[in-house]
Amino acid sequence: MKKLLKFLSNGYLWLTMLFFYLPIVYVMVFSFNESKSLTRFTGFSLQWYKKMFESRSIREAIYYTLIIAVIATVVSTIVGTLTAIGLSKSNKVLRAIVLQINDIPMMNPDIVTAIGFMLLFTSLGVTKGFGTILLAHISFCIPYVILTVMPRLRQLDDNLAEAALDLGATPFQALTKVIIPQLKGSIISGALIAFTMSFDDFVISFFTSGPKVSNIAIYVYSSIKRINPTINALSTIIVVLVTTVLVIVNVVPMIRERKIRGAQK
Amino acid sequence: MSVGIKINHAVKAYGDNVVIPDLSLEVKDGEFFTLLGPSGCGKTTLLRMIAGFNSIEGGDFYFGDKRINNLDPAKRNIGMVFQNYAIFPHLTVEKNVQFGLKNRKISKEDMERDTKQFMDLMHITEYKDRMPERLSGGQQQRVALARALVIKPDVLLMDEPLSNLDAKLRVEMRTVIKQIQREVGITNVYVTHDQEEAMSVSDRIAVMNLGEIQHIGKPKDIYQRPANLFVASFIGRTNLVNAKLVMKDGKANLCFADGYSFVMENILPEEMHDQDVIVAIRPEEVVINTDEGIHGKVDDSVFLGLNTHYYILSDDVHCIHTEDKDDDRFELIQESMIDEIIPNGSEVCLKIKKEKVNVFTADGSKNIVKGVKNDKYLYGND
Repeated sequence: MKKLLKFLSNGYLWLTMLFFYLPIVYVMVFSFNESKSLTRFTGFSLQWYKKMFESRSIREAIYYTLIIAVIATVVSTIVGTLTAIGLSKSNKVLRAIVLQINDIPMMNPDIVTAIGFMLLFTSLGVTKGFGTILLAHISFCIPYVILTVMPRLRQLDDNLAEAALDLGATPFQALTKVIIPQLKGSIISGALIAFTMSFDDFVISFFTSGPKVSNIAIYVYSSIKRINPTINALSTIIVVLVTTVLVIVNVVPMIRERKIRGAQK
Repeated sequence: MSVGIKINHAVKAYGDNVVIPDLSLEVKDGEFFTLLGPSGCGKTTLLRMIAGFNSIEGGDFYFGDKRINNLDPAKRNIGMVFQNYAIFPHLTVEKNVQFGLKNRKISKEDMERDTKQFMDLMHITEYKDRMPERLSGGQQQRVALARALVIKPDVLLMDEPLSNLDAKLRVEMRTVIKQIQREVGITNVYVTHDQEEAMSVSDRIAVMNLGEIQHIGKPKDIYQRPANLFVASFIGRTNLVNAKLVMKDGKANLCFADGYSFVMENILPEEMHDQDVIVAIRPEEVVINTDEGIHGKVDDSVFLGLNTHYYILSDDVHCIHTEDKDDDRFELIQESMIDEIIPNGSEVCLKIKKEKVNVFTADGSKNIVKGVKNDKYLYGND
């Protein structure tokens, strides 16, 4: 009876995993297909990866995706961290209001945010292109950084900054030498989340980019009509990259905790 | 270089909420000065005003001759020890101690020498490469002290530094703190709500309540001749009893409800008139089992080795309830005798050591016994 229950629950788990990951695995498998067919696997080859790197438009899409993700991550991490620190020192009402507002873009459907950005840029008469897509990415990444840094800040002892000040540190030194080092872990997590958010975003990018600039997601979407396995190769690379980052985000804190616990023993 | 502190008419307010209405005091150079009071009395607020972490709404603060009202905490040259130590968790013990030195322009050799000197002084050199999370409370406390002292501050400020330690360590660390303070010879302002701790370390104590200073004086003076009823009941244990001061043949008689009375020789001349008073009798200021005194019955006793505590219930004389003491019974302490402890239910008399007790006006605002020494009035408080 017990064995049967265990078998059922394991089976259920595997079915769920299959449901989640089969499409992705399918894409990955066919990226190594020899022929152009998307339904029949004829043999292993890396030709689609080769083709992908030979295509100028794909190289451009990868370049834009990376440069946008990197800049958006750096800017949103700095802005988000400083905002969180500022909020932790401000009065309760203001903090509650700002944090509520901060949650809205994360809960909002992307399409609403995207159309909002598009209308904003259009009404301001800004030509859509690299600048607008970057601004949009920075803006939707900031809430994630604030959300990851804030809980760590709450645990932080107020007296630490004061202790630094009375030991002769300037407020800026207190921030860089004492506060930021305490937040290091959560700032890194925030940055990695921001990076993945920016890296695999399609909807907002699509509505805020111009004809000359397209990231990977937009490229994939626009080439769907002339479908070929290079898209599979590209998708595989994206999946691998995003998965790696997410694993780092989740595993690093666990390792650190184990290290601290080990040290305490 | 250690300096004295002078505070003239300090005011602290949060909006319309005035926490400290008008407070003046002076801490002498090299003095161990304690701010003592119940929580919410404004003692930590005042300390943080001295440190520069709280704004000052009125009055003048001086370190020596220098007015520091508008000086940044970083420029006041203070060392501060916080209640939770505030050790930097990401730095080793040595780096913690060095933190303040790195913000000053001194040579590397001087920095290493000073760091070593103060780590040695606090006996933490062996932990110098450890991270703070691997230190006990007492060790963290030592790091905090070394870190505060190594910058050779003009004043050392301590905010309830022992309250997170267990009882035994607390007693040990207060001796360490007192010793180090003497050795370094630094002006120290110390905040605590623990009256025993205050008495054991301080040169002088300022007892505060509701943002006002009640009494400034040496521990002995405050304990033996408290300025008012609040101080009498906050410092040490005490029995408060209603009584009447009656003038007879030019002498002041203190009369209790059950008819027991005696002449008080040390009443202030201006208070020599018939009036209702409150008498503060400490447990050790009563002698048990004599022919005269307040009549009562032993209700309970507790043997504590050196001393035995008795709780006496009297039909006519009841103790006034206070925050610390909420029963009618008299508490008294006697040195334990070799013969039997007086059994419960025994009829006893309580003779009062009249030269030791304090007598307060009926509203409790003033001690009418001669010999109260209160420095509060030296500094311009009302």
